[in-house]
Amino acid sequence: MILTLLVIIPLLGGLLSFYLGKISPMLPRWAALSALSVDFILLLILWIKPDAIISTQGGQWIAEVNLEWIPQLGINFHLAMDGLNFLLTLLTVFLGITAVASSWTEIRERIGFFHLNLLAVLSGIIGTFLSLDLFIFYFFWELMLIPMYFLIAIWGHEDRFYASIKFFIFTQASGLIMLVAILGLYFIHGKNTGAYTFDYTQLLGTTLSPAAEMWLMLGFLIAFAVKLPVIPIHTWLPDAHTEAPTAGSVILAGLLLKTGAYGMIRFIIPLFPHASSVIAPVIFTLAAAGILYGALVAFGQTDLKRLIAYTSVSHMGFVLLGVFMFNDIALKGAVLQMLCHGVSTGALFIIAGALQERMHTREMARMGGLWATTPRIGAVMLFFALASLGLPGLGNFIAEFLVLLGSFGANKTVASIASVGLILAMSYSLWMMQRVFHGPNEFNWSLADFKTREMAVMAAMVAIILWLGVYPQPVLDRLGNMQTGPQSLSASVKETR
Amino acid sequence: MKSLLWLIPALPLAGFAVLLFSGSRLSNRLAGLIGTASVGLSAIISLLIAIDFISEPPVGNAYTQVLWRWLFIGGFSPEVALRLDALSLTMIMVITVVAFLIHLYSTEFMAEDEGYRRFFSYMNLFVGSMSVLVLADNMLLLYLGWEGVGLCSYLLIGFWYSDSYNGYAARKAFIVTRIGDTALIIGIFLLFTSLGTLQIQELIARASLMWPVNSALAIAASALLLGGALGKSAQLPLQTWLPDAMAGPTPVSALIHAATMVTAGVYLIARTHALFDLAPSIKMLVAVIGAATLLISAFSALAQSDIKRILAYSTISQIGYMFLALGVGAWSSAIFHFMTHAFFKALLFLGAGAVILSLDHEHNIFKMGGLKKELPFTFYVFFAGAASLSALPLVTAGYYSKDLILHDAFTSPSGSPLLWAVGILGAFLTALYTFRLLFIVFFGEPKTEVTSKPGLKIKLPLFVLAVFSITAGFVETTSSLGDIHILSGFLVSSLPPLTKPAEPNASQIEIAGAFAPLAGILIAYLIYYRNPGISESLAGLRFGNTLKSFWFSGWGFDNFYDRFFVRPLFWIVMANRNDFLDKPFLGIASTLKGVNRLLALSQSGKVRWYAFAITMGAVLALCAVILP
Repeated sequence: MILTLLVIIPLLGGLLSFYLGKISPMLPRWAALSALSVDFILLLILWIKPDAIISTQGGQWIAEVNLEWIPQLGINFHLAMDGLNFLLTLLTVFLGITAVASSWTEIRERIGFFHLNLLAVLSGIIGTFLSLDLFIFYFFWELMLIPMYFLIAIWGHEDRFYASIKFFIFTQASGLIMLVAILGLYFIHGKNTGAYTFDYTQLLGTTLSPAAEMWLMLGFLIAFAVKLPVIPIHTWLPDAHTEAPTAGSVILAGLLLKTGAYGMIRFIIPLFPHASSVIAPVIFTLAAAGILYGALVAFGQTDLKRLIAYTSVSHMGFVLLGVFMFNDIALKGAVLQMLCHGVSTGALFIIAGALQERMHTREMARMGGLWATTPRIGAVMLFFALASLGLPGLGNFIAEFLVLLGSFGANKTVASIASVGLILAMSYSLWMMQRVFHGPNEFNWSLADFKTREMAVMAAMVAIILWLGVYPQPVLDRLGNMQTGPQSLSASVKETR
Repeated sequence: MKSLLWLIPALPLAGFAVLLFSGSRLSNRLAGLIGTASVGLSAIISLLIAIDFISEPPVGNAYTQVLWRWLFIGGFSPEVALRLDALSLTMIMVITVVAFLIHLYSTEFMAEDEGYRRFFSYMNLFVGSMSVLVLADNMLLLYLGWEGVGLCSYLLIGFWYSDSYNGYAARKAFIVTRIGDTALIIGIFLLFTSLGTLQIQELIARASLMWPVNSALAIAASALLLGGALGKSAQLPLQTWLPDAMAGPTPVSALIHAATMVTAGVYLIARTHALFDLAPSIKMLVAVIGAATLLISAFSALAQSDIKRILAYSTISQIGYMFLALGVGAWSSAIFHFMTHAFFKALLFLGAGAVILSLDHEHNIFKMGGLKKELPFTFYVFFAGAASLSALPLVTAGYYSKDLILHDAFTSPSGSPLLWAVGILGAFLTALYTFRLLFIVFFGEPKTEVTSKPGLKIKLPLFVLAVFSITAGFVETTSSLGDIHILSGFLVSSLPPLTKPAEPNASQIEIAGAFAPLAGILIAYLIYYRNPGISESLAGLRFGNTLKSFWFSGWGFDNFYDRFFVRPLFWIVMANRNDFLDKPFLGIASTLKGVNRLLALSQSGKVRWYAFAITMGAVLALCAVILP
């Protein structure tokens, strides 16, 4: 039951915000914040006291809900939570709160409708993370898309129409391919066993011919690869991230990209173990290439948000690398990277948004020497720039280190090439700091520094990154009961070789 | 007592946190006090621990303090653990004591600066990170300290951020060292995947058991570790960042870019010396790189005119001596030179800082002169440092440590007369450039007015360091000069002594080692004191001028890297700033638009066209039906 609430509450909060928006501009903000806080409390309760420990053939679940919905077609409302999607849901709610807080003064038009869209996206993301029925998984996958489109198209910046349509077409087209693959799997399983079902736990272990497995896997892979993103199908990302309002950028970078990685871990590898081990060399080559390519393109940007957007391409490459190396260390590193990247890049987008709100530009050539006028923003930006370049002691380092360490055992060349990304990450991060905060203050900017509300958000994000850097064990422990048990996974991969 | 070990890094880190979060509520006076006291307490604790360690050596001559388990996945479980043994104890004592003196000095030196609190918070963070680096029990924690000091170096070089050049110098330092660091971290991956642990002692034990001498893995691992050491310690070919690092405040140059951080590479190799013993070819490479670096940068130092850049090249050169010592297996000699160098080079930088401050931030030595009269105290302490750097025989610490390295370079089984000869030439050049500096700055005609004189908080650290620069060498002397082996005897539990055959020419080597510096000082005296015209007429020659500008530019390394690495990279980045991978998608979009425009033409609104189209369609349909 608690899982249903987790999904429904943001949506209800959003509808409430929409109506309250007609009364006063402040009420929707508070309504949104309260709805997300309730979700947050529910998650904390689950952290302390799991709802139930259910062991299935797939793994250990700490909460589950499984209701019949359309029995004729084998569609169930089946949600379940293990360590992996627990952490991702927690990340979703947390970043949702920061997104609401960072829009507090930025959004001044159609405030109620804005929060409806924001919370609807969050509901969609939580649903995507929790679904164990492929039909409702697809339903939530699409649910994320439309409100996100509105967020960009209505409250975005100059080029918002182009960016929002590009985003929509990329994700919609790839989503349809996934739908075909879902149906394919549904019918093959049905034909094999006579039981037509979309239920994930039953579809696991479906016997497939190698060719069918490869085609179905590719269908899923394309949808997830667009979201992650994997080069060369990442080009929707810089436009969407740059043109979206701050909250939109935070959710895109912090959460939407993670749904792609989550899909790979939850669906692609367990459902298609053989095909994914066949395709793995291609994928981790693309991952290493993406790490370097994203960093190089980021280095050349002059638009602050666009720069941060390209760093996501680079950092998500580590996630992809970790997922397709099929070992415990790299996989856990990848999950940690999802969390750390979500928080640190979210924070960078909030800072970039705050600067844009104050300066009405994202062009770094128009900035410089801001440290003297906004030392707090500068210090926080420095912190997250350091997180982004992988400074030890911060969570992102642990994540990238684990990914590379795990990968090195499997493939020394790819891991070594990917390590070069560490040098490039340093180059663009420091160059960004230089152009925004250091050097002479040529344009004589005199800006308002972060106030208590903004510093509170930042302090929470800093604390998470520090915590994951010096003592990530509690988070890694939660992953101990990851549904896709990495041991069994690597065992099954080994069998095929 | 030993259980207080964790406080050594924790106190400066706490100081950093307090200074960071207090904001402007803290007065400068209090901020300076917190910054200095936290490091001072660390120094006192390390002295107490040293006394305890020496009077009651722990089992196995090492004490490990596990603070917490960092993380645990499968077989990978690094701990946050500190390890105290003779090597780390020597390092930590030198680091905390020198750091304390430099902090004390900074309270006066930085007094006028508006970033006073920020300065002390970064400096405290540095001392904390450096302590973690040398006390780390495993490679991952060592890497944390390693990157932490790199960060502080970046922050402090770029401390005066409003000047874009400082930012450039800071980035250059961080990025160039990161190239080495990346080699190091790949080395760490290699060590873990092939040996299954990152705990340093265990690592070395397993490597010695599992890897035969000259095995590919041993060579690869030690080469990668060497890569890290080269970046951090500014050795060839990654030395180019250090001269530019002088953009930071002078106490920073003294602490980070002379006494402590730049010797981290020396520490790393000494710490993992057993791995290098398994790879004699890499060990030889260490010696050759050290020898080449010490010579190249000594020549560069000779051509500089900025007082801090002279000292920077000198630092690169002296670390070259340490690498030479490491390369011939004289581990404890390298640590000995690290120690004396930390004292005399910190002294020289702080002395240079006192001069710079007195002359209202003048850096050019040719605009100084005759300062002996105006700043007598500064002159005498600077003279002590210069004598020690030049290895003035018998009376200076620098003599004993450098002489030992030269001796080892000749007599060690892996040494050679050539390495020794390079070292001797370097010693000659060192004396030459050092006394060139001394004569030009302190003698001759005064050229710039002295605007202020150093106060007590500057004088006291200078005095203490001057005493150390003279006396710290007596802990280790050769057989002909008393045969004292306090330091190497103490270090023997961490660093095995050099097994060298009896050397018949020992006394001749020593005499040559003593005369090279004297010759350098004499020539400096003749050229720069007696006949200042000579150097100008030498530089006036076409050949002399070319050579001088070649040396001045640091042998053209910057130019080379700029042309072959930096600019091509920038070119690629700039050419692809619009992300060529987006082109196919834009192509699809414009194709669709084109088709759309074409089809839109048919919607012309003209009835006869529509009638024509309907007729033609009907005809075609009929044909399709009638024709089989």
